[in-house]
Amino acid sequence: METFSLLAQGFAVALTPTTLALAVAGCIIGTMVGALPGLGPSNGVAILIPLAFSLGLDATEALILMTSVYYGAMYGGRISSILLNIPGDEPALMTTLDGYPMAKAGRASDALVLSGVASFVGAMLATIGLMFLAPMLARVAYLFGPSEYFALYLLAFSTLGGIASDNQRKAALAACLGLAIAMIGLDNSTGMGRFTGGNLHLMDGVDFLVAIVGLFAVSEVFIFIESHGRSSAIGVKLDAITIPFKDIARSFGTMLRASLVGFIAGILPGAGASLGSFLAYMGEKAWVRDNSQFGKGDPRGVAAPEAGNNAAAGGALVPMLTLGVPGSGTTAVLLALLMTLNITPGPLLFTERPEVVWGLMAALLIANIVLLILNVPMVRIFVKVLSVPPWILLPGVCMVSFVGIYSLSGSYFDLLLMIVFGLLGYFLRKLNIPTVPIILGILLGNHMEDSLRRAMVISGGDWKYLFQSGIAIGFWIAAITGFVAPVFLRRFLKKPQAHKA
Amino acid sequence: MKQTHLTRLAAAVVLGLGISSGAQAAECIAPANPGGGWDFTCRSISKIMYDIKAVDEPVQVTNMAGGGGGLAYTHVVTERADDAELIVAASSATATRLAQNAFGGMTSDQVRFLGAIGADPGVIVVAKDSPFESLTDLMDAVKADPATVAFAGGSAVGGFDHLKVLMALGRAGFDDITKVKYIGVDGGADAITQTIGGFTQAMTGDISEVVGFLKAGDVRVLASFTDERLPGEFNDIPTAKEQGIDVVAVNWRGLYVPKDISDDDYNKWADALTAVAESDEWAEQMTANGLAPFTRIGADFQGYVDGVIEEIRTLSKEIGVIQ
Repeated sequence: METFSLLAQGFAVALTPTTLALAVAGCIIGTMVGALPGLGPSNGVAILIPLAFSLGLDATEALILMTSVYYGAMYGGRISSILLNIPGDEPALMTTLDGYPMAKAGRASDALVLSGVASFVGAMLATIGLMFLAPMLARVAYLFGPSEYFALYLLAFSTLGGIASDNQRKAALAACLGLAIAMIGLDNSTGMGRFTGGNLHLMDGVDFLVAIVGLFAVSEVFIFIESHGRSSAIGVKLDAITIPFKDIARSFGTMLRASLVGFIAGILPGAGASLGSFLAYMGEKAWVRDNSQFGKGDPRGVAAPEAGNNAAAGGALVPMLTLGVPGSGTTAVLLALLMTLNITPGPLLFTERPEVVWGLMAALLIANIVLLILNVPMVRIFVKVLSVPPWILLPGVCMVSFVGIYSLSGSYFDLLLMIVFGLLGYFLRKLNIPTVPIILGILLGNHMEDSLRRAMVISGGDWKYLFQSGIAIGFWIAAITGFVAPVFLRRFLKKPQAHKA
Repeated sequence: MKQTHLTRLAAAVVLGLGISSGAQAAECIAPANPGGGWDFTCRSISKIMYDIKAVDEPVQVTNMAGGGGGLAYTHVVTERADDAELIVAASSATATRLAQNAFGGMTSDQVRFLGAIGADPGVIVVAKDSPFESLTDLMDAVKADPATVAFAGGSAVGGFDHLKVLMALGRAGFDDITKVKYIGVDGGADAITQTIGGFTQAMTGDISEVVGFLKAGDVRVLASFTDERLPGEFNDIPTAKEQGIDVVAVNWRGLYVPKDISDDDYNKWADALTAVAESDEWAEQMTANGLAPFTRIGADFQGYVDGVIEEIRTLSKEIGVIQ
């Protein structure tokens, strides 16, 4: 009951005309930031911080604007994933797998509406979870040390092979390439730069966005030029806009399961929205009985990652607010914003600054409803993008990507690196090697290596340390029985059939 | 209400356009993205300088992230060496990286350090139920068997948080510093989480990183690395010095300027910074951000930085971060 009265106070803060206007503006900006390749939620929020100061917003208002942008970007990322096969930001990566095939089959608006609803369900459940359970859930972070994190990343990594439905060896190769790229930059465990060639630009490692835009958008341009514009992947059929009630009903269970998985991934500091959407997708693929359509345009494959990444975005606010530990790049920027506003997130935030916390919760609920209203009817406008001929659309998308990437650090080096990734993406596509596992390799590689090496430092090099807690052992068992063993079993079971053929 | 915001928005847009058209006003480079410590240094110092009329024109803040401050450093040294209208945010991390040659061969004598006007005191923290009651207890445990104590901190191996522990151990008479267990995690709060969770035995960081957990009673601070006890509510935290371990390690917040500017220009900035240090506005900012007074400006500061760099270089060689 106490929660409700606190929430009522929160609504009193969040329902003033100013804050409401800020929430709506934040949602619109966020959706655009998310949809434009090269502009992700974290740099979108970072770019807006100086604006919040020059507007003279107070703490609650600034926080409401920024979190609306954050939630909005999570919604927006799916748009370019589905329509262009170019993820708008890294959490939207998994949505390309089934979203784009759906669009190609003439169901672009169905995919957009469905993913919009899935985003809403994920974000709503996560916000409710945040409201009722945040102080309790904060303690979960105390249960996760290096060996538990290593086991978690290992579980995620062991599912990578299952991403590509046709050629697992090529997917594994791509994942290894991603791991190799992840090694570039400062090594936390020795304080030395690795594979940087003495170049300061590489000290911070390769930014996901640079890799994503290069591998997906720039390589698309190369292929487009090579075929003189004939074999463009872009140019899906337009369809009439209806609400796909059947798909929504069919994937409702998916949305709930994916939200839970995403929310838990979000709560763990260091995992974040990308891991949330990834685990939600792979978990769903393993869960449903008939998964033969996954990767070919299964509506559940669109609903799962979108519910997952939006739930993870809400979940990531738990450690950020209750511990001051950012769970993702964007929450790190939000945390920095809070500190600048003289709010110290931590165990006392909920008791010391209830007006900030509950104003934020109320604003999140409002933002979520605004986003659903914006996103579902506005599908009509988004889909219009597809009626633009590819020879205008593609260079346009590319130009926006260049500006977005340049804004990351204001250096031309990232642009060059992006073109290198574009070339890499072009050759990999020619060789039929999937590019999604590369990004996941980059994403998981750093965390996985850091956790392992921290565990080794703490234990003095004793490998048994990795299996000393129930949580870690649980992840190991799930990884082995759920994902590694089936690969071998399948081969064993399939052999006789191969002989017959 | 909404009207005022719209006016402010319009003003911000106009201001933004002014910046992008490259107006010739003084500039403060924050070598990181908006929101971090360096960004705070630039934004608050620039604002106060103009508010108290220590400068005639507003100082514009530019963010230039990359290479842990290395990109901005290279930019200043190679392209702006005689720009008298430029100040750059710096901290202990800048000195650490310079000492460890992490700025691509750039050295500390290629800029002039202007001054520091506040510092985040270094602390050693343990979980509330830890068996260690004092810094001496902790140091004794490491001396007895370094494998039993793991430290967590928010910077990489060889970073300032790691070095603070090594300095303390060195003063306590433990020299085998490569045996000391240290894990660098993503930020101070994460390091505390690992320590409360029992994965590491102690956390090394800055007081501003531990305030929330300290007030909630989840952690105890064993020592602060300051000359004197911290003011106000932290007054009951003993210093390392009191416990016989003579280490002062603070994360100072300050500025450097390009090398080839005239002494007049250098002194002009030094005066403006002194005025900020003495202002009530800055005192407020320091309290709000958990900073302790730490004012060293001009030649005094240059000497301090040179000394710190020398000490860090020696330690870094011992732990193998540099040759």
